[in-house]
Amino acid sequence: MKSAAKRAGLCIVTMLIVSFLAYAAFALISGDPAQTLLGTDATPERLEQMRHQLGLDQPFMVRYLKWLLGFFTGDLGISYSYRQTVWSLIAPKIEVTLCMALISFVVIVAISIPAGILAAQRSNGKSGLLSTGLIQLGMAVPPFFTGILVSWGCGIVMKWFTPGDFPGLHSAKAATALRHLFFAAVCIAIPRIAMTVRMLRSTVIGEMNRSYVRTAISRGNDRRGVFLRHVLKNSLVPTVTFLAQTMAEIVGGSIVVEQVFGIPGIGRLLVASISNRDYPVVQALVVIMAFWVVLAGTAADLINQRIDPRLRLGGGE
Amino acid sequence: MLEIRDLHVQFHNRDREAVAGISLTIRDGEILGLVGESGSGKTVTAMSIAGLLPRKQCDYQGDILLDGDDLLHAQRALLRQMHGKKIGVVFQDPMSAMDPLMKVGEQVAEVLRIHTDMDAAQRRAEAVRAMALVELQDPESLYDKYPHELSGGMQQRAMIASAIVIRPSLLLLDEPTTALDVTIQAQILELLKKLNREEHISMLFISHNLNVVRKLCARVAVMQRGLIVEEGETEKIFRHPQHPYTKHLIEAIPTRESARRVKGERRAKKAAEATAAAKAAQGAAPSASAASAETREEGGIR
Amino acid sequence: MKKNKINGYLLAGLILFGIFLVMMIIGLFYTPYSPTAMSSAEKFQGPSAAHLFGTDNFGRDIFSRALKGGITTFGIALATIAIGAAAGTLIGAVTGYFGGIVDDVLMRLNDALTAFPSFLLALVIISIVGPGKKYNVILALGIVFIPSFARVMRTAFASLRDVNYITSAKLMGAGSPRILFVHMLPNTVHTLLPALTIGFNNAVLAEASMSFLGIGVTPPDASLGYMLSEAQSMFGRAPWYALCTGMMIVLLVFGVGLIGEGLQRQSREVA
Repeated sequence: MKSAAKRAGLCIVTMLIVSFLAYAAFALISGDPAQTLLGTDATPERLEQMRHQLGLDQPFMVRYLKWLLGFFTGDLGISYSYRQTVWSLIAPKIEVTLCMALISFVVIVAISIPAGILAAQRSNGKSGLLSTGLIQLGMAVPPFFTGILVSWGCGIVMKWFTPGDFPGLHSAKAATALRHLFFAAVCIAIPRIAMTVRMLRSTVIGEMNRSYVRTAISRGNDRRGVFLRHVLKNSLVPTVTFLAQTMAEIVGGSIVVEQVFGIPGIGRLLVASISNRDYPVVQALVVIMAFWVVLAGTAADLINQRIDPRLRLGGGE
Repeated sequence: MLEIRDLHVQFHNRDREAVAGISLTIRDGEILGLVGESGSGKTVTAMSIAGLLPRKQCDYQGDILLDGDDLLHAQRALLRQMHGKKIGVVFQDPMSAMDPLMKVGEQVAEVLRIHTDMDAAQRRAEAVRAMALVELQDPESLYDKYPHELSGGMQQRAMIASAIVIRPSLLLLDEPTTALDVTIQAQILELLKKLNREEHISMLFISHNLNVVRKLCARVAVMQRGLIVEEGETEKIFRHPQHPYTKHLIEAIPTRESARRVKGERRAKKAAEATAAAKAAQGAAPSASAASAETREEGGIR
Repeated sequence: MKKNKINGYLLAGLILFGIFLVMMIIGLFYTPYSPTAMSSAEKFQGPSAAHLFGTDNFGRDIFSRALKGGITTFGIALATIAIGAAAGTLIGAVTGYFGGIVDDVLMRLNDALTAFPSFLLALVIISIVGPGKKYNVILALGIVFIPSFARVMRTAFASLRDVNYITSAKLMGAGSPRILFVHMLPNTVHTLLPALTIGFNNAVLAEASMSFLGIGVTPPDASLGYMLSEAQSMFGRAPWYALCTGMMIVLLVFGVGLIGEGLQRQSREVA
C-alpha cells in the first residue's frame, strides 16, 4: 500500500514538472499575448488594460499556478485565433479523441494478445517467417497511408461514413459517428498491433526458456498448465507496461489520423494551432496529452504492483 | 528400482555424444552419487531420467526403467503421470527454479493439484506437512509468502518439499547445494540424509563436488566425456581410485596443506594487482577485480 | 549452430533497401521529367511506360516527384538519426560508464521527456522553432530521438563497465575517453545497429507524418509525406498517386525494418 501511495505521489510530481516545462517553454516564445490579441495598432492604454485583464502583470510563478488550476476551473486563457476561451474550444473535442483512443486500444488488445501468444507458440519454421514478415510490414505502413485507403474504400465507396463530415457523438447520427471513429481507430491500431505482437512473442518465448518452466514440467504440468499457471502471469508485467506506452502512442497517432478522416478531435486542433501559432491552445493541449500519458504509466505501474509482489517493496534499496 | 541400460544421447548441434552409452542402477532406498565436471554428461543423464530432454533437438536410445516403466520412450501423457508423482526433481539454483509470482506454498502444492483430486484445504495441509518435514520454520505462514521473501536455503528447502510432497519413488538432485553457502550446504545435506533414512526416498545426487558426494552417498559413479569411468562404493573409490581420471579428481580436492598454498598464492596475486593498479594512470581507479579470484574455493573442479 | 547461414531477413531487407537506394541515387542525377514541369495535356494520367507512377492534377510526373521526395525524406531521416545517435551515444556512454549523480540527473530528465509521446514532443519542438522548414524538422526530430538512444546505449555501456577486458584496459593505464570509444564503443555495435534501424524508421515515419500535416517539409521542397496529403485530395481522380507514394514509404520502412530484424537475430546467435 505504501508503494502505491509513493507511485501516485511520483505521478503528481511528474505532472507538475511536465506542465511547468510546457508552460515555461511556451511563455518564453509566445511574446506578449495582449499585443497578439489586440493587434499592432492598439493604444498603450488598451494594452495595459488587457495585460491586467489577462493577469500578465503578476509574477511568473503566480501565473503558472493560476494556469495550472485552470485545468480544474476551466480557465486556461483565450485562444489567439478563435477569440474564445481555450477551455470552450478544447472541451467538446476531448471526448471525441478519447472515444477514438479507447476504441483503438480495445482493438489493439483484442487482436494482439491472442495473436502474440499464437506467434510465440509457433515461432519456428514457416509460420515464424510469416508472422515476422507480417509484423515488419504492419510496422512499415504509416497510419495516414492506410487512412487514405480506408477513408476512400470504406467511406467513399462503401459509404459506411463520410470522410471529412463527422456528425458528432451526440447528434442523431451517433452510430455513423462511432463508425467513423472506428475506422480511424483501426488505422491507428495497425502498426501498434504489429509492435505489440512482436513484444508479446519475444516476452512469452523468453519466459518459456526460464528455469521455472522446467520446474513446472518436472511437476507433471502439460503445455497448457505451464502456460496458464506460470508463463502467462509472468508475461503480464512487461505487457502491461507496453500497453501503457501504447496509450501514449495512440495519442500521437490520433494527431495524424484525425487529419486524414476529418475528425474534430484535439489532435486536429493541435495541428491547426501549431500552424496558427496559437500558443495558449497548444500549451493546454500538450499538457493534457502529457497528463494522459503520465496517468496511463501510473495506472500500469499500480496494476503491475498488484501482479508482481516484488514491485510492492517500494523504491528504497 | 531405477535401471539405465546403454543410454545414448546425441544433440543435433554437437559433434560428440553427450551421453555415450552408460548403464547405471539405483537400488531401493539408496543415494547414488553421480560425479563429473561440467560437460561430462551428468546433467543430460538426469534430464533423460526426468524426461526433460528436448526430444526434437536430439537423438536418444537405450532404456531407462523406473519400477519397470520405460521413461525414455514413454508418451508425453504417460511421462506427465510419472513427473512429480514418481520422480521429483530439485534443480541447482532455487531462486530461478521457482516461479517468482506464485506463492511458495502453492508451488509446493502444485504437484498435488496436478496428480490428485484433493481440494484446496487438503492440498494446503499436505503442503504444510511437507514444508515441516524439510524443517522450514513456521510453514503455515511461509505458505503465503513469495519466493523472493525467502533466503536461498529456505528456497531450496521449499523446492525439496515440492519434490517430495507426493512421496515419489525417486528424487533427482541436480547440484542442489552448489548455489548455496557452505553452512547452508551442510544443513541441506543433513536434511537429505534424514529424508532418505526416515522417508525411504531413493536419490540420485549429481554434483561436481567430491567432498559433498563423500558426505552423502554410499555409492558413486564417475562420469567423463559421456561415459561412466568408475563406479562403486564411495569410500573404496576414495581410498583406491582405479581410473586415472578419478585419481585426478581426488587429487584436485584441496587438503589443508594445499589450501594454505592456494591462499598464499592468492595473497601474492593480490599484492601484484595492487601495485599494477597503483602504477595505472590517474583516471582509471582500481576496482574489485580481485573478487573473481575469491570464488574458487571448496574442492570444486568446475 | 549453423554459423555461416546467410540471414534471410537481413538479405531480404538489404534487397528492398537496395532497390530504394538505387532509385534515390539515380534521382539525385536524373529524373525522367522535371519534378515541377506542368503539362495541362497530361493531367491525371494513369501509370504507363511514359509516366511510371502516372501524373497529378497539374500533369507533373509523379515518379520524378517521388524520387525527389524520397531523397528529401531519406536525407532528413539520416540527418535526424545522426543527431540522435551521436548525442544519445555520448550521453549513454557518460551516464552508463560513470554512473553517479550525472547519471541520476540525466536519466530523470530522460524520464520526463519520455512522458511525452515522441511524435507529440516533435510537434512541441517544431512549434517552438517554427513549422514548415526543413532544418527545423531535422532539429526537432533529432532532439526527440536523443533520449531513446541514450537509454539504450546507457544499458549497453553499463553492462560493459565491469567486463574483464575493460578492467585490464584500465589497469594498463588507458584514459577514460580511450576506454569509452576505443574499447567499449565497438562492443556496443550489436546494440547500436538494430537501434539505428529502428530509429531510422521512426524518423522516416515521423517526418512523413509531419509533412503530411503540413508542418514539416513544405513546398518547394518535396517530401513523400507532403505528396501523400496532396494525393489524398485527389484520390478519386488519381488513386495511383497515393498508392505509389505510399508504397515508396512502405518499401523503405519495410526494408530497413527487415534489416533490423536480421541484425537482431544475428547478434542473438553470436551471443
